[in-house]
Amino acid sequence: MTSLRTTESMDDNILEMRSITKTFPGVKALEDVSLAVRRGEIHAICGENGAGKSTLMKVLSGVYPTGSYDGEIVYDGQSVHFSGIRDSEHVGIVIIHQELALVPYLSIAENIFLGNERRGRGGLIDWNLANADAAKLLASVGLDENPVTPVAQLGVGKQQLVEIAKALSKDVRLLILDEPTAALNDSDSAHLLDLLRRLKERGITSIMISHKLNEITAVADNVTVIRDGKTVETLNLHRGEVTQERIIRGMVGRDLESFYPERESHPGEEVLRVEDWTVWHPTQDRKVVDGASFSVRAGEVVGIAGLMGAGRTELAMSIFGRSYGRDISGRIFMHGNEVKARSVAEAIDRGIAYATEDRKRYGLNLIEDIRRNVSAAALGKLSRRGWVNGNEETKVAEESRRSMNIKAPSVMAIVGKLSGGNQQKVVLSKWLFTDPDVLILDEPTRGIDVGAKYEIYTIINRLVAAGKAVVVISSELPELLGICDRIYTLSAGRITGQLPVTEATQESLMELMTKERASV
Amino acid sequence: MATTTTPQADPTPKEPAPAAALHTGTSDLRALIARNLRTSGIYVAFVAIVALFAVLTDGVSLSPGNITNIVLQYSYILVLAIGMVLVIIAGHIDLSVGSVVALTGAVSAVLVIQQGFPWWVGVVAALAVGIAVGAWHGFWVAYVGIPAFIVTLAGMLLFRGMTLQVLDNISLSPFPQEYGRVASGFLNGLLGGYGYDAFTLLIGAVAVAGYAVSGFRTRVARIKYEQPVESFPLFVGRVVLVGAVVMYFAWQLAHARGLPIVLIILAVLVIAYGIISKRTVFGRQIYAIGGNLAAAQLSGVKVKVVNFWIFVNMGFLAAVAGIIYSSRSNGAQPAAGNMFELDAIAAAFIGGAAVTGGVGTVVGAMVGGLIMAVMSNGMQLMGVEQQIQSIVKGLVLLLAVAFDVYNKRRAGASR
Repeated sequence: MTSLRTTESMDDNILEMRSITKTFPGVKALEDVSLAVRRGEIHAICGENGAGKSTLMKVLSGVYPTGSYDGEIVYDGQSVHFSGIRDSEHVGIVIIHQELALVPYLSIAENIFLGNERRGRGGLIDWNLANADAAKLLASVGLDENPVTPVAQLGVGKQQLVEIAKALSKDVRLLILDEPTAALNDSDSAHLLDLLRRLKERGITSIMISHKLNEITAVADNVTVIRDGKTVETLNLHRGEVTQERIIRGMVGRDLESFYPERESHPGEEVLRVEDWTVWHPTQDRKVVDGASFSVRAGEVVGIAGLMGAGRTELAMSIFGRSYGRDISGRIFMHGNEVKARSVAEAIDRGIAYATEDRKRYGLNLIEDIRRNVSAAALGKLSRRGWVNGNEETKVAEESRRSMNIKAPSVMAIVGKLSGGNQQKVVLSKWLFTDPDVLILDEPTRGIDVGAKYEIYTIINRLVAAGKAVVVISSELPELLGICDRIYTLSAGRITGQLPVTEATQESLMELMTKERASV
Repeated sequence: MATTTTPQADPTPKEPAPAAALHTGTSDLRALIARNLRTSGIYVAFVAIVALFAVLTDGVSLSPGNITNIVLQYSYILVLAIGMVLVIIAGHIDLSVGSVVALTGAVSAVLVIQQGFPWWVGVVAALAVGIAVGAWHGFWVAYVGIPAFIVTLAGMLLFRGMTLQVLDNISLSPFPQEYGRVASGFLNGLLGGYGYDAFTLLIGAVAVAGYAVSGFRTRVARIKYEQPVESFPLFVGRVVLVGAVVMYFAWQLAHARGLPIVLIILAVLVIAYGIISKRTVFGRQIYAIGGNLAAAQLSGVKVKVVNFWIFVNMGFLAAVAGIIYSSRSNGAQPAAGNMFELDAIAAAFIGGAAVTGGVGTVVGAMVGGLIMAVMSNGMQLMGVEQQIQSIVKGLVLLLAVAFDVYNKRRAGASR
């Protein structure tokens, strides 16, 4: 009896991941996670950043080999052991990562068959065959491009389709997409979702990791919610009662209000005002930021909401000492006086600080310790005539470690070994030590766990209470709604609106964020 | 974290005080070694290599005359290595220094030997040429944005060509006596002594005293800032150990021909650059650029300016090396300084500098250079053939960098 039931359920499910536990030193990324995916369905996985979605998919695809985690993976009725991504691809599991893995200078066909080349006589590559096959695959994903076109010439949406064509060339049976529409505009997203439905008709099962709940409810059959490295629930979307709010409740596990610390808002004088800010792309002939104007007052948290590619980071970095773009025009006022910030050093001098969205690449010296990172942007404050006072430096770092609650054995700890949340606190410490009047925080909670997020929000609240002005750029609308006083929306480089947080909703913001033309 | 000045609670009570102090001392030592494994490995290797060759050559390698020889023979490589390690920490490389050594020596020789100017005109001109060459490299690397590998590869050809041009393809010699003293002169007999140069010993003693005093002042400052310091016995032990090594070295020199002038030049440079790299804003910015260029830029570091001066400095030190080399060889040759860049680069990497930048020390590079020097010298004393010497040196370089890569991978795996 029991054995019969197991066989039945295995027939039903193409994939079962059972009690997966994966630990990194000091962090339990996944704890007893189970996932069952039915044959031929579109299965969505959602959860907050850092909930463990990507880790789970890396376990599934063999990036983390068997033995580096606990638990069992049953695929197609058989227990499987992958020691690398090649093993999982061999049985038809293909993962498409958020950051596309295409070689920009190679052609579409070359990319599709990379590592899987179409060999002809004598082991040489048969390019006619490869290009012909590629053309067929492109037709099946609805991409009308010549296979010899270099991938760099395609937009992100089309590159995504090339990735899917590449997966199809490997006879994919289970396709995993990690945030496939995060970088796409609406029409590209719609096209992609449509393609997923067509693949489903062809019998290909898809797992889709996504933050976009409207897409999940539109296209998925089932959704599994993961929170803090644990499975919360799997909801069947064909039973009508599952709403987006219902999914959110599973994701955050509590009401949104209690997720953000309380703050009383007492905005003071205007600190930063940017007028008519226009920035051109460094190499392409287009405006990335187009006539943007905004302001932020002391003791105020202002949000900038925009989809990926809207020019949020570009806006911030160009203000911060012209770190991005060319032919920048517009005016910056600090405390009502026009200032120039032609270099980063000058911007820091004027009291502007910018904490980057990509702390590993642009924010930290990962091979150095906490001490050296905290002092990096304001060494002048620790030195006299070019001589650094190392003891004072340690003292400052020690104070930051205490006030920011950076979890590390000492300030001599190497920053590369800290968790994402603690790294972010080091970045914040660094900028606070420059004693800025206005802090621009670009995705301050990206990739850090829920507890650390709460701490970062608390730090932001402390800063505005001390009279600093804070600008937060975020792609997570609930976050902006939770911590800001005012929110600007940015679309295609233009400010398309501003709403006080009391009037803003996710829907109203999204509407402004997708607006093509400025109306304000 | 816990300062060892406040003695830790000892689980075994009633232990005599000295033993307890010794106990903290050793645990400190272990912590110290563990923390500095990456660099301390090099020191251990250095001591082992010195001991090995002392045994293999029946003590000849540690004889007074030979120690003097090592200093004289390899000083210009060590000078180059000081500049090279800074270049490498910033994430660059300089392939041109051998040619620059030749060019600066050639300019000096033409002025002093051919044109009959006084010796110091040659020195000043050589330094000026070195700085100009450095500025040339710095301009292309920092302001035009061409990788240093390409810029200095071009420089290697360019300045070798200029050397041939300046020398008209012939060797020039000899320099006047004063010029020769830079590399082969000694300060001795200034204070007399009975076959032992008292001046050399005095300088040695002053150096040890300076080391002890600066170490003590650092210690006091750290305690004032409530930071961990090594236990006092360990501190004394360290000073005594360093003092003993320096005094032994001074004793051996005093035995022989006295204090080489070039050693004084070298010591001044090592101390100065050691401090510059660790304690100045400029030095910090070099590490920051090498560790993460983009992050340094976004922290307000003026990357172009720093890169420019790193290469100017390298040019200056190459000129110093060029002066020492031309002085030592008592003339200028078209092929002078050939392959010096590789010795200097090897010294920096053996001394713990990372290929990817951001890591390395001046002192490490000196030890790396000395490892190469002691090995070459020892093998020469043993009469090992040239080809074997080259093979051994190549393998040592490879293993040193392999050790570095292995260390890094282990650090990465524990992430």
